Amino acid sequence: MHSTISRRDALLATGFGGLLMPASLSHAQPARPTEIKVGVVTILSGPASVFGVPGRNAAEMLFEEINRAGGIGGVPVRAIFVDEGPGVEHTLGEIRRLVQNERVDLLLSSISSGSCLACTPVAEELKKPVLLWDCGTQRIFEERSYEYAFRTQANATPEVLAPLLYTLKRKPNLRSVAVINQDYAWGRDSWEIWKTGMDALRPGVRVAAELFPRFNSTDFSTEITRLLALRPEVIFTTSWGGELDTFIKQAAERRLFERSTLVMPLAESSLERVGHALPPGHFIGARGDHWHLHPNPADPAKLRGFVENYRRRFNAWPIYPTHHMYQAISAMRTAYAKALETTGGAWPSDAQLARAFHGLEFDSLTSRIKIRPDGQGLEPQLIGTTVRSGDLPFPVMNDMVIYPPELITAPVGQKSVDWLKTLTPDFLNRAPG
Amino acid sequence: MNSRTEAFLAALLALAVLAAASTTPWLVFVLTLALAKGIAVLGILLLLRAGQVSFGHALFVAFSAYTVAFLAPKLGDATLLLPIGALFAGVLGLLVGLFVVRYREIFFGMLNLALSMVFYSLLEKLYTITKGTDGIRVPAATFLGRTLDRHGYEWALLLTALALAILCAVFARFYLASPMGQALSGIKTREARLEFMGVSARRVLLSAYVISAVMAGMSGALIAMTSRHVTPHLGYWTASGELVFIAILGGAGGVIGPFLGAIVFELVRVYAAASFADAWQLILGVVLLLVILFARGGLWGMVLKLCGRRA
Amino acid sequence: MAEWFADNGLLLGLALLDGLAYAALVFMVAVGLNLVFGVLRILNVAHGSLFAIGGYTAASLGAFAAARGLPDWMALPVLLLAAVIVGGIAGPLIERFLLRRIYSEEPVLQLLVTFALFMILEDVQKLVWGVQPLHHDAAMRWLGTVDVPFGTDVIPFTAYQLYVLPGVALITLVGLAWFLRRTLTGRVIVAVTTDREAATAMGIDAKKIFLLTFTFGAGLAALGGALASPTAALVPGVGAGTMVLSFAVVATAGLGQVEGAAIAALMIGLGRSIAVYFLPEAEVLVPYIIMVGVLLVRPNGLFGVTETRRI
Repeated sequence: MHSTISRRDALLATGFGGLLMPASLSHAQPARPTEIKVGVVTILSGPASVFGVPGRNAAEMLFEEINRAGGIGGVPVRAIFVDEGPGVEHTLGEIRRLVQNERVDLLLSSISSGSCLACTPVAEELKKPVLLWDCGTQRIFEERSYEYAFRTQANATPEVLAPLLYTLKRKPNLRSVAVINQDYAWGRDSWEIWKTGMDALRPGVRVAAELFPRFNSTDFSTEITRLLALRPEVIFTTSWGGELDTFIKQAAERRLFERSTLVMPLAESSLERVGHALPPGHFIGARGDHWHLHPNPADPAKLRGFVENYRRRFNAWPIYPTHHMYQAISAMRTAYAKALETTGGAWPSDAQLARAFHGLEFDSLTSRIKIRPDGQGLEPQLIGTTVRSGDLPFPVMNDMVIYPPELITAPVGQKSVDWLKTLTPDFLNRAPG
Repeated sequence: MNSRTEAFLAALLALAVLAAASTTPWLVFVLTLALAKGIAVLGILLLLRAGQVSFGHALFVAFSAYTVAFLAPKLGDATLLLPIGALFAGVLGLLVGLFVVRYREIFFGMLNLALSMVFYSLLEKLYTITKGTDGIRVPAATFLGRTLDRHGYEWALLLTALALAILCAVFARFYLASPMGQALSGIKTREARLEFMGVSARRVLLSAYVISAVMAGMSGALIAMTSRHVTPHLGYWTASGELVFIAILGGAGGVIGPFLGAIVFELVRVYAAASFADAWQLILGVVLLLVILFARGGLWGMVLKLCGRRA
Repeated sequence: MAEWFADNGLLLGLALLDGLAYAALVFMVAVGLNLVFGVLRILNVAHGSLFAIGGYTAASLGAFAAARGLPDWMALPVLLLAAVIVGGIAGPLIERFLLRRIYSEEPVLQLLVTFALFMILEDVQKLVWGVQPLHHDAAMRWLGTVDVPFGTDVIPFTAYQLYVLPGVALITLVGLAWFLRRTLTGRVIVAVTTDREAATAMGIDAKKIFLLTFTFGAGLAALGGALASPTAALVPGVGAGTMVLSFAVVATAGLGQVEGAAIAALMIGLGRSIAVYFLPEAEVLVPYIIMVGVLLVRPNGLFGVTETRRI
């Protein structure tokens, strides 16, 4: 509470008192600060807060853990959360406030792809290191290059290609596919990736229906009726949050799961809420290799500790945004350590901190992630099939396959869709699973 | 209030904006957006004089912003983009206006809302052209052929917005005092009487509607160049509601009200969001309720009361 | 044409079944909004929030009932209970402490008061129920499914969707029509809707009627939310989406018209589901196209009457 008040006072002082501030940021070697301020951009209002709030929860928990262990380089860390829910225009103002007024040392931004596309160039202009902690759009590093921006997880291409490979391996005679995605950028992009990949890897699969219900729909009865009538072998949906929950419950009640195999790359984040309404035998993912029952995590004790602490504190299973937050914070700690080593213990400037992220390798909760020269993180993808577990009130995964990131991420300098077109059926043979 | 006092207060407000912007760099962006919104709200104010509320003026803001976003890579100069954005919005305003000025009150409001939602849906739907909710990035504009650095660019836009705000406010003041403007109030109180006098109420309302669309267009062009990223959200119905909100917050009694309202609105939002990230909407809602229930004339009304007391 | 029907007749049949259920939900929300508008002349923007709160309350009560081990069929009366609770508490509170203060104000101020309320309730709802999607589908599961023949195939529909939703909507429609035409209170409400001044001049206690109508309208909004909750997950922002659609229904119907709301909801519901089958890209535009089309032909909506103009 104390911190909130002092922050507000500072804002009032600068806003209305007219404290004179230098207009440009200093490039000289800074002194060791009393705290590291991290601006965390996340969604706290609207439907996507189902991801934003768990992300914030994880950040709060992890920052406390860091401070209890003595901070980073002996300096405590503090997060300043801002809401990207009101839209890009609001978020851009908040980014400027974080950098120019709060003087944050680092930005973690953001969940929505729209925010990422709009805010990253601003952070670059302000020369402030920014970690794209959760947004999925592959456009960001494919259309521009950045000095200060890094993504600490995968992007849409591997996140869709992995379930596609998984599906094609398990359905060697696949004839027809239908899609039902939310009608917005992610829904459209993910279908384009799937379709392009499928046409290259297994030409001739028929698309039975392309359904894009309005974003934030609450009723899919009509779409489900169509899918029931069409009987496609596979139904692909990258929906999430309340919409995915609604779709799963309505589809389960009307036995759609008996007629088609569903491929739901984001279903991990809905499992606890939909419970056993989601029957066994369908393919799900978690936008990465994060899963509390990961078959062979690099450090099982660490994963278990995180899951238990999170559950104890927030009374919910950690879902993928909490892992993504862990990754961003892990990257931050590792980069500070690397930068401090390079400077010989002197506190790193923004530019030195940014340089530390180039080619950085850091631990996730389950494996190790590397940041490529273009800023894109290389994160493995885990896909599995739903199965009833004995003791949990929701389905878990079996037949899990972990896809190595080098295989399924478009190479540096190539646009995802162009790269996907170059894939051949032979690629499928080389993929695991 | 006489025009000299009003001009003095306007100058005071302009100076306050400049002072706040020069001492606090991050406010440059927020204040530019506030001034831009104020211009759109000024258009709402004209329609309010006629007793009509448009719950869809974000349509023109978004239309112009997307026009700028599409044209910026080709005609990258602010002196071209601004008038083109305003002109396009004005033409759309004329087309829409011809249809909606036949309706009054709630139907007028709802039709505007519906048309803005059609445009919003198209922005989301035509994904291959508009990039859907991801939106389009707007390259930095040049000013009279000159490329400016970040600092210079932000200031150039702030000053442009300020100049346009003053220009529009002066224009609106003259317009409202003109016979056309007087006839607007006639629509609100006694429309039939207006017709008996041989004045076409529809034409009066249409002219105000087109002017308000042009103003919303300027606003949209400024917003596009300032935030340098446009998304369909600019045209959502809550964005239109926000404009009406600001009009009432600022006070519909004078042309400075919209700008006062817009600046206070943006600052309250930023400060509320900074202090209570979870409940800033609630705070804005309470502020609006308090203004309506206890300060009818809005902020401008409060200023007038203060001035009146002193005089 | 005949050929087309031979090919698509079965599909059209399915589309009608889907559209009917959807129309029922739309009607439930819009009819309350329309009733309140007819009597109070206030377009309640917070109606969507009451819808959301009704849904959340139903889901919470349903979960509570299930946790207490109550039998599954109890899930259905719980939906009604939620509507009664929300309508009975929120309705009088809002009418008594907020709306009553602004009946004599301009329509725009009234609209904005409810807009402020909408902003406040959006955050309140988030603070009470959190952001995780909430879902309680016991009512839908208890009723099971019905197999509808489709050529040589069968398509399972939920009985809830096929019978309960249209059934409740029909009961509401008939009940309301009976209440408004055949009971004294109902006739008074109609009198106030048609001519408020004359009605009050004849000694009708408008205050009582306003309170009653608003409470009833709030209850209908909450019932709409409660009915939607077994099939749809509740998330923050669900109220805002519902709102726009209800606006379209109300304007299409003609203000204050119960039967009009039913027909408008039916047109929009069927139009939408037919679009999903045969022209999916146009789905989101359907409500607005219908509304604009209707208003072009009938400027006061399907069943609206021209108000006498003030001279």
